[in-house]
Amino acid sequence: MISGSKTKSPLMWVVHLSVLMLVLLWTLPTIGLFVSSIRDKDQLAVSGWWTALFSSEQNVIGRSVDPEDQVFKDGLYVLQGNVLEQDGNSGTIKAFGWRAQEPAAFKVGETADMRRDRKMTVESDGSYTITQPEEWTGKRGKRIFYTIETPPIFTLDNYREVLTAEGIGQSFVNSLTVTIPSTVIPILIAAFASYALAWMHFPGRAVLIAVVVGLLVVPLQMSLIPLLRLYNGVGSFFGVPAKTYLGIWLAHTGFGLPLAVYLLRNYISELPREIIESARVDGASHFDIFVKIILPLSFPALASFAIFQFLWVWNDLLVAMVFLGNTEDQLVLTGRLREMLGSRGGNWEILTASAFITIIVPLGVFFTLQRYLVRGLLAGSVKGG
Amino acid sequence: MEQLASALGTVIVGVLACVAYFYGSNWLLDRVFPANAASAEKGIKNLQIAHAVRPWLFLGPALLTLGLYLVYPALDSVRLSFYNSDSTQFVGLDNYVWLWFDDGFRQSMFNNMLWLIFVPAMSTFFGLVIAALTDRIWWGNIAKSLIFMPMAISFIGASIIWKFVYEYRGEGSAQIGILNAIVEALGGDPQAWITIPFWNNFFLMIILVWIQTGFAMVILSAALRGIPEETIEAATIDGANGVQIFFLIMVPQIWKTIAVVWTTITITVLKVFDIVFAMTNGQWDTQVLANYMYDWMFRGGGDFGRGATIAVIIMLLVVPIMIWNIRSATRDSKGH
Repeated sequence: MISGSKTKSPLMWVVHLSVLMLVLLWTLPTIGLFVSSIRDKDQLAVSGWWTALFSSEQNVIGRSVDPEDQVFKDGLYVLQGNVLEQDGNSGTIKAFGWRAQEPAAFKVGETADMRRDRKMTVESDGSYTITQPEEWTGKRGKRIFYTIETPPIFTLDNYREVLTAEGIGQSFVNSLTVTIPSTVIPILIAAFASYALAWMHFPGRAVLIAVVVGLLVVPLQMSLIPLLRLYNGVGSFFGVPAKTYLGIWLAHTGFGLPLAVYLLRNYISELPREIIESARVDGASHFDIFVKIILPLSFPALASFAIFQFLWVWNDLLVAMVFLGNTEDQLVLTGRLREMLGSRGGNWEILTASAFITIIVPLGVFFTLQRYLVRGLLAGSVKGG
Repeated sequence: MEQLASALGTVIVGVLACVAYFYGSNWLLDRVFPANAASAEKGIKNLQIAHAVRPWLFLGPALLTLGLYLVYPALDSVRLSFYNSDSTQFVGLDNYVWLWFDDGFRQSMFNNMLWLIFVPAMSTFFGLVIAALTDRIWWGNIAKSLIFMPMAISFIGASIIWKFVYEYRGEGSAQIGILNAIVEALGGDPQAWITIPFWNNFFLMIILVWIQTGFAMVILSAALRGIPEETIEAATIDGANGVQIFFLIMVPQIWKTIAVVWTTITITVLKVFDIVFAMTNGQWDTQVLANYMYDWMFRGGGDFGRGATIAVIIMLLVVPIMIWNIRSATRDSKGH
């Protein structure tokens, strides 16, 4: 574009730097989610995801063995054992202490002088000895404060857990069940209508096009209550459940149609007139023209709409909450995520892994079919102005 | 799996039914009104009838679905807004009067206005800046692709992503939310951001800006590329610098596209539901119209009258844009 300034501008590095900053700003939240989802859940809870590649440190309070297990050695009464094994922790110990005020006052291997000639030593592998000249009394062991350093742990355990125990696997299937028919059915209906609106002459055509443009922006909220009443009415009249997959397929078809008709009509009306007219002259019917010429030529527009509709249905929460139930075999991914936000609010290992499974499908579609998406966006918006 | 099979089955049945309908109805039309009838006069007459009927065969299923799922419900919502909670009794303007004095509604309106100003403005601004900057560097397309990416993420997924960014841990424990970690590193005090009234609205809006900027960027980038090179060259020769060229030469030429982007995002903002629903559900003074509508629709068994009234308000806010869209679309097709 401003090709001349590409090389001579001394401020080019400012452009590079600002774009880099913006890209980081836009991608870091998602990267944080992904990194967190493959971290060990104990580490995730105590340290930020940006520290994932470094060892994490954790302060722990443990206790020695009870006085009844003491041994007598070299004139001293000794409490000994391995504090890591006793507490079930892994990692290496960096420091220890015997008072809450100074939980990391001593390095491993040092001998800490406690009150009344008591001495404590803790090694990096967790083994400790606490000695005193007199016999230990009392019921409980002495407290040991220590700092463990754990190497970074990456794991797929979070994914394993959400896919099975948390029901994300089932919801994934439910989401697919909603999405596939809801994407395919409107395409065909819209394609026929678009052809009529683009290439057939009949009274009221201009009005219908205007109506479709108007319906493009009608908020979904306007449809919810009457349709909910309608579905409940149909359900109780025929004695069938009101919340069914068939219901949501049709609802998504209806809500997606304005965009489908609008995009496809714009595209089909710009196909070269000569092709269609020469086919007419050769005696082809409208139906033949549509199937043999229009459909194959409109593939890019069909693909654009299919991607839009797929993303919109897969990512939809509102329609699914109103027209589908909360049961195991109907809860879609977005609904499940929303439920987890309430019930598992603090369990970030579950939330991050679930969220990532939810967004991986649309992201895959996005990155492989991006050019159709861009083309559709341009056709859908620039035209209006 | 059985369920998926039934979904795939539906796709096949649906597609076959569509094909059967379109093929069958066209075939029937040609049979009932054949062009090669007994007399030439009759044949012409038949052709004319078939010609008049055929468009409606093509349009039929689409018009039926649009009517049932959009037109009829929209009209019915207006009707229901004059009825009581279970739609059994006509109550006149009661729902609207209630709305006028309702604190929740006032708060939703106020917040929606904030959203309407902030989100389209910021998305368009960032979209324009990024479009202009990325056009000048060799890795611009990669950068654009990455900034465009949030478009594919669901609002609820985005809410989880950003809830993690805003995550707050009490004094003394390490912050695992990156925003609080940065604030702490800069010497500030960590906050539970989404519970601070008024400002928390902006933390929610940022999520939508994050999603919508990619859309603005894609459209505006295409518009910028459509600017005739000569205008820029002329300005360069006249000694204009980069910033001047951008604001005085380029932006005025894509003014119309900016308006389209702005209005499209405005529509999205008016319908925004998932983000508020997932992040706060309207607590801490973050209520917006769409969430408030959902709330009334199901609250205490559902108050359809009040819910419909709030939906009508959302619709009224959309109407100006709708008219503007229809006018520019019809102007376009006339020029065709």
